[in-house]
Amino acid sequence: MDEGMFAEFDSVDALRRALVQLRHEGLHELDAFMPFPDHEIDALLGSRPKSVTRIGGIAALCGVTVGYGLQWYLNAVNYPLDVGGRPPHSPLAFVPITFETAVLLTALATFAAVLGLSGLPRLWRPAFEIDGFERASIDRFWVFVAYDDPRLERVRVRRLLASLGALRVIESSAEVA
Amino acid sequence: MSRWVRGDATAEQLSDQLLSPVWTPASRVWVAFVLLTGAGTLMLFGLIAWTMVEGIGLFGTNIPAAWGFAIINFVWWIGIGHAGTFISAILLLLEQKWRTSINRFAEAMTLFAVMQAGLFPILHLGRPWFFYWLVPYPSTLEVWPQFKSALPWDAAAIFTYFTTSLLFWYLGLVPDLAGVRDRAPGRLRRRIYAIFALGWSGSALAWRRFRIGYGLIAGIATPLVLSVHSIVSADFAITLLPGWHSTIFPPYFVAGAILSGFAMVLLLLIPARAVFRIHNVVTDRHLDVMAKMILVTGWIVLYSYVIEVFIAWYSDSEFERYQMLVARPFGPYGWVTWLAIFCNTIVVQLFWFRFARRSLAVLWIVSLLVNVGMWCERFVLIDISLMRGFTVSKWETFVPTLVDWGIFAGTLSFFCLLFLLFLRFVPFVAVYEVKELAQEPDDEDDDDG
Repeated sequence: MDEGMFAEFDSVDALRRALVQLRHEGLHELDAFMPFPDHEIDALLGSRPKSVTRIGGIAALCGVTVGYGLQWYLNAVNYPLDVGGRPPHSPLAFVPITFETAVLLTALATFAAVLGLSGLPRLWRPAFEIDGFERASIDRFWVFVAYDDPRLERVRVRRLLASLGALRVIESSAEVA
Repeated sequence: MSRWVRGDATAEQLSDQLLSPVWTPASRVWVAFVLLTGAGTLMLFGLIAWTMVEGIGLFGTNIPAAWGFAIINFVWWIGIGHAGTFISAILLLLEQKWRTSINRFAEAMTLFAVMQAGLFPILHLGRPWFFYWLVPYPSTLEVWPQFKSALPWDAAAIFTYFTTSLLFWYLGLVPDLAGVRDRAPGRLRRRIYAIFALGWSGSALAWRRFRIGYGLIAGIATPLVLSVHSIVSADFAITLLPGWHSTIFPPYFVAGAILSGFAMVLLLLIPARAVFRIHNVVTDRHLDVMAKMILVTGWIVLYSYVIEVFIAWYSDSEFERYQMLVARPFGPYGWVTWLAIFCNTIVVQLFWFRFARRSLAVLWIVSLLVNVGMWCERFVLIDISLMRGFTVSKWETFVPTLVDWGIFAGTLSFFCLLFLLFLRFVPFVAVYEVKELAQEPDDEDDDDG
C-alpha cells in the first residue's frame, strides 16, 4: 500500500472532513499522515484488530510461565538447597521475579509489536519523495488513498479532495517512487 | 488553546521552539558545564577502577555496618527515578494533561538515575566482575541463584525497570526524532536523526498502534514502579535487624521515592526552563502542581515516620524501642535524623502557601532540601540500624571515607553530564503531545485557585 493519491490539508479538522467524505464514497484503502495522534481519525479509518494488546498479553503470560517455571525448576527440582529448613519450592518468594519477568517480556514484545506491525524500521518510503511531505511531522495533515482500492475513480476523487480544501493533490506513481 | 500551553503559538512555531535546541549551536555555559561534569565523571570512573583493583576496603563499610554509602546511594538514586515513571505512566493513565510538557524530561531523569543506582550494588558485590552470577545461566558451578533471597529480586527489578523505562522513553521519542529529521538544517544531522527515527512517517495506522502500545507500557510500568522500591525495601524488611524488620517499608519507600523524584524534577526543570525559555510550555501552573505533589508525598512520608516510631514503641521490643527512640534521634548521627525529619516533613509544609508554590527560589531551595533530606533518611535507616544492632559488643560507628564521598559526587556529576547531553541532543519536551494539547479546546474544570 505504497502507491496512491496524497492530499495535503492544513488542519486536523479539514483532514477529518476529508476522511468522512472519502469513507462516504466507499473507499477503504485509506491512511492519514499527521504530526500527532487523533482519536476521531482512528475511528474514521475503521476498527482494526488490536494485535498490539494481544501480543502484549501473550508475552505477559509467557513471562509469568517462564519466570515462575525457571525459579521452581532451578531451586526446587534441579538443585534444591536447604537454607534454614525453608521449603525449596516457596511460591510467595517466587512472586517478585515472576512479576518482573512478566513486565519485562510484555514491554519488549509491545515495543517490538508497535514498530513491527507498522513496518518499522523502514528508513525510506515513496511518500518521503513528495516535496513538502516532511511537514507531516510538523503541522500538515495528509490523506492517502491507495491505488489498490477498487472503488477509486482517480479523477472524481481528485476533484473531491480539491473541493474539500486540499492544498494540493499528488499522485504518486512508479516513476515518483 | 489548552490551559497547559500558554500563548497562541502555531504548531509550526511550537515545533521550531521545542526542537531547535537540537540544532542550535552549544552555548559556552553548556560547554563549561559539560567539561566540569565530564571531569567529575572521569573521577567516578577512576575511583571505580581503583575500587576494582584494591577492593571495597576503600569504603567505610565494615562489620557491623556492612552496608554503607553504596547502598544508601543505590536506594536514593533509584528512588529519584520513580517520579519519572510516576509522571509519565501513572499520570498518563489518569489523563492528567499537565504531564505532557514534563514527561520526557522526567523519563530521562529516571533513566539516568537508574544508571547511577545500578552501579552501586555491582560495585558493592566486592568482586563486581562476577555480577552475572545473579543471572541463572548454566555454569560449571552447577549452583543456581537463590531465588528466596531478596538480592536476585533486586537484580530482576532493576534490570526490568531500566529496560522498560528505556523502551517507554524511546518509543515516545520516535515521533519527535522524526520531527528533527524533517526540520533540522543540515544533511548530516537529518540523516543521523533519520536513523534514530526508524522511518516514522506519522501514518494514522502507526499512530494508532503507537498509542495502544504506549498506553500498554504505561499500564505495566505503573505496578512496576511500585514493585521496584517495594523490592528494594524488602532487602531490609525481610531481615530481623531492629529498624529494618517492618511491614510498612514498601509503601514507605515508594512514597519517599516519589517525594525525592518530584523534588529532583523541579531541581532540574527550573534552570532548564529558564535557559531554554519554554515558559509557555512549562508554565507556573506545572510547577505549582508538582509542589502540591511534593506536599502530598511529604505527608505520606511524615505518616510513615510516625507509624515507624509508634510501632517500635507498641511492639514492646527493647531493641526496636532503643533503635527508634534512642539510637536514631540521640545517637552518634542524631543530627542526621533531625535533618531528615526537618527537610522531608517540615520544610515541605511551605507548599501549603500559594506564594511558595509560585516562587522559583522557594521551589528550588525546598527541592534541594528534600533531596538532601531523603538522602539523610536513607543514611539513618541503613546505617544507624546497622550500627545499633542486637549485641552491644558489636556496636560500632560507621565513618565514610573520601572514596565513598568521591564516588557519590562522581555519580552526581555523571548524572548531570548525561542530562546536559540529553538537553542538547534530544527533543526534551514531547513536542507532538504539546501540539496535540495546544489544539484542544480549554478544559471546563478550571480548578486553579
